[in-house]
Amino acid sequence: MNAPESKDTFKVVGTRPIRPDGVEKVTGKAIFGPDYKASNMLFGAIVRSPHPHARVRGIDTKKAEAVAGVHACVTGADFPTLEDTIIRMGESAGSTTDMSQNVMAQGTVFYDGHAVAAVAATSQEAADEAAALIEVDYEVLPHVIDINDAFKQDAPVIHKDQRQTGLGEGEKAGPNVSTKFVMANGEMAKALEGAAATVSEHYSLLPVHQGYIEPHACVATWKADGKIDIWCSSQGAFNIRMLTASFLHLEIGRIRVMPLEIGGGFGGKNSVYIEPVAALLSKKSGRPVRLAMSRSDVFRATGPAPGAEIDVTLGADADGKLVAADVTFKYSAGAFRGTDAMTGVMHAISQYLVPAFSVTGWEVICNMPKHAAYRAPGAPQVNFAVESAMNELADELGLDPLDIRIKNAVAPGMPSMMGTPFGEIGLVECLEAAKVHPHYSAPLGPNQARGVACGTWMNFGGPSTASVSIAEDGSVLVAEGNPDIGGSRASMAMMAAETFGISYDEINVTIADTSSIGFSMMTGGSRTTFATGKAVVEAAQAVIEILCERAAKMLEVDVGDVEWMDGEAVSKSAGKRLTLKEIAVKSGATGGPISFEKGVNPLDHLPGYGVHICDTEVDPETGHVTVTRYTAVQDVGRAIHPAYVEGQLQGGAVQGIGWALNEAYIYNKDGTLDNAGFLDYRMPVASDMPMIDTVMIEKPNPAHPYGVKGVGEVSIVPPLAAVGAAVGNAIGKPMRDLPISPDRVYSAMNGKG
Amino acid sequence: MSKIHVTTTVNGDEREFLCTPGQTLLDVLRGELGMTGSKEGCGSGDCGACTVVLDGEMVCSCLVLAGEAQGRSVSTIEGVAEGSQLHPIQQKFLEHAALQCGFCTPGFIVAAKSLLDRNPDPTETEVRYWLAGNLCRCTGYDKIIKAVMDAAAELRQERTAA
Ligand code: FES
Ligand code: FES
Repeated sequence: MNAPESKDTFKVVGTRPIRPDGVEKVTGKAIFGPDYKASNMLFGAIVRSPHPHARVRGIDTKKAEAVAGVHACVTGADFPTLEDTIIRMGESAGSTTDMSQNVMAQGTVFYDGHAVAAVAATSQEAADEAAALIEVDYEVLPHVIDINDAFKQDAPVIHKDQRQTGLGEGEKAGPNVSTKFVMANGEMAKALEGAAATVSEHYSLLPVHQGYIEPHACVATWKADGKIDIWCSSQGAFNIRMLTASFLHLEIGRIRVMPLEIGGGFGGKNSVYIEPVAALLSKKSGRPVRLAMSRSDVFRATGPAPGAEIDVTLGADADGKLVAADVTFKYSAGAFRGTDAMTGVMHAISQYLVPAFSVTGWEVICNMPKHAAYRAPGAPQVNFAVESAMNELADELGLDPLDIRIKNAVAPGMPSMMGTPFGEIGLVECLEAAKVHPHYSAPLGPNQARGVACGTWMNFGGPSTASVSIAEDGSVLVAEGNPDIGGSRASMAMMAAETFGISYDEINVTIADTSSIGFSMMTGGSRTTFATGKAVVEAAQAVIEILCERAAKMLEVDVGDVEWMDGEAVSKSAGKRLTLKEIAVKSGATGGPISFEKGVNPLDHLPGYGVHICDTEVDPETGHVTVTRYTAVQDVGRAIHPAYVEGQLQGGAVQGIGWALNEAYIYNKDGTLDNAGFLDYRMPVASDMPMIDTVMIEKPNPAHPYGVKGVGEVSIVPPLAAVGAAVGNAIGKPMRDLPISPDRVYSAMNGKG
Repeated sequence: MSKIHVTTTVNGDEREFLCTPGQTLLDVLRGELGMTGSKEGCGSGDCGACTVVLDGEMVCSCLVLAGEAQGRSVSTIEGVAEGSQLHPIQQKFLEHAALQCGFCTPGFIVAAKSLLDRNPDPTETEVRYWLAGNLCRCTGYDKIIKAVMDAAAELRQERTAA
């Protein structure tokens, strides 16, 4: 339908209208997770473990229950015992027993901040007072935080009989190893032998938090009919529904999740933490219960992304063509298994064509919160190591860092790591755009230097549902099941408007609750504009077909004679046209309401690529690093709403800069988190940053009606190595450990690094 | 626990509430007064999501005791627009796509207004430092800074025209 090949012919796609939910959000009216209140609601509080590892010998709630206003207490004993099953949730997967234990400890606490009990009372003060009176008898067990320590054969055992996947026949790994994942091709030793230049180095990173500003919060009510209503902000209401149902052993249909506005997620709000607890407190008290995390709860019990220890060996011929890449990394998982090691392997060297490669990823359980997806989960860590090694290799060969990347970049038709040929990917275009960007040749001041890196994320598609209905007066309504984290209502409205050939303002978009629309996978994986967008477009196309049929009836012509053009049904033979409104007002007489719900499951997404250029200035007296100029180039497929696409590039870049320079989880020797607040967990603020220049390369995905590829995640991948290279070039020493804190820079400058 | 009776002015309206000695102004705004536009990102003065103006001074309402509001005047995000007429800062946030999730937005708008009320022509550096107490995890600040600079320019024009 209205999906022409050339961008110039689009009327709505590619413009920058104001988002539909914008006014509510700039006036403070939008209702986010912590803002929702239910009538007669109780306030909950959660008791959290002060120990990184301990057996819970007993929990005494008597004193808590005696506090005036307390109506219910819940402990791990209130959770049903589950049969272990694996649930897939897009980028990640998890075992039900693991995830249920993560929501509330059932016999053992595995990290500082692990939930052990909860209470609900008539006021927050009463709930907090009662929570402090819950007595937990702990038998403290040995703990382990550091990845290398946890990996050892004689490490403290975190889970007896840890399930271990991917080990070879007879291969023995330490008790906390949960996964080994390998991808390899070609003859490594031979290829390295023939290399003209090699780099072989070790890199390390610490866990970092997603850092969304909105803490987790929810209200749940267990109704008299045994059904549960939940109001919360999350990246996927359907995910909250599914996980709550499985932890409480209920049929999915008994739970209805109402999505509230979400204050950032970045992968960290795919998981469920508090909703099942609120539901159980509500069941016991017979009243709606609100649970909300404090910022320190968020740091201690949610997130983070894995820390990593990484070894990289790269070999190239004299021209700089890679001949071999050998990468081995260990990622922390926190208290329970995750999946980032697998995605880490998949993204380790996938931006380059390397004849011989071997990538091994280990995942290691340790006494930290169960790690959660964070924007391009698993990719930034290993990319930091490989891209830093690539910069060192370029130095060794005397090559320009962009030239060496252009020589090795993957391009359409080349085999991926899996061996399947790449589709319409745009890495080479990004590298070339970076090379001619004025930033790349701009002069540098004293103590300043420049670094570059590239990176990739596979993007995703998967199940989504959207419905389009036409109201009695011709208003167009779109409902979708994906929370709007960064302007997706606008992009859905734009794609619908483009398809109908009407104006953007005529489309009304709603985020529906889980009982009002078909299943939609979470907002994550950079999938929403691609997959849910496709559902919206296909539902709109189906509605257009119905509109054409109704028009044919009204005009008394054959339906084959009616064409949809610019928001109207046109009959060439009758020489007449009917507007959407004219058809809608007569719908009662032509067959009734006009609507269509479409479920899709596209898997023809394409990976995205980015190239970042970073200038830094190092203060020689303190080692403090300032980012002075930054440019992010990315293949975005097609930008539906370019301003929000730029925003994704900028936001991801700054998160990556924070990861490179400041952010880290710091545990003390007792295994408790030392920096569980924004003062000590230092995220970038406005005065730390320059403007983030963006270049959007548009190489459309032919499998999407408007060429969408997905843009949200790529931008956090390249900054780590780009910042590292800039600092390394400024001080003449490579920076191989993150964060690049002033003391590390100072030591490196003064020969102590 | 006995409660304190407080009379205060919020966005020009006289309001009364009862609070405990430990409750913060943010707690009362969001709870007793039902105004959830001011957000709680940290409760410790580190994120600026709760920013309000108290007797002309920009403050983190999570660091102000509710009892301290007695006899004073509080301006919150709910009072920035005049009826349905958005303040130029709000309009520029929309035009520049200066919000993604929008959770930090009320704090940024109140803080930016407080800046422009006292300095109509700030440099980019001044805007960045004034807003350094407000965390945004989504935008990378670029579009926020541009929106505030653009709003400042528009307000200057309005002033010269008036
Ligand atoms: S909530 Fe007040 S500064 Fe964060
Ligand atoms: S827009 Fe999400 S925190 Fe600022």
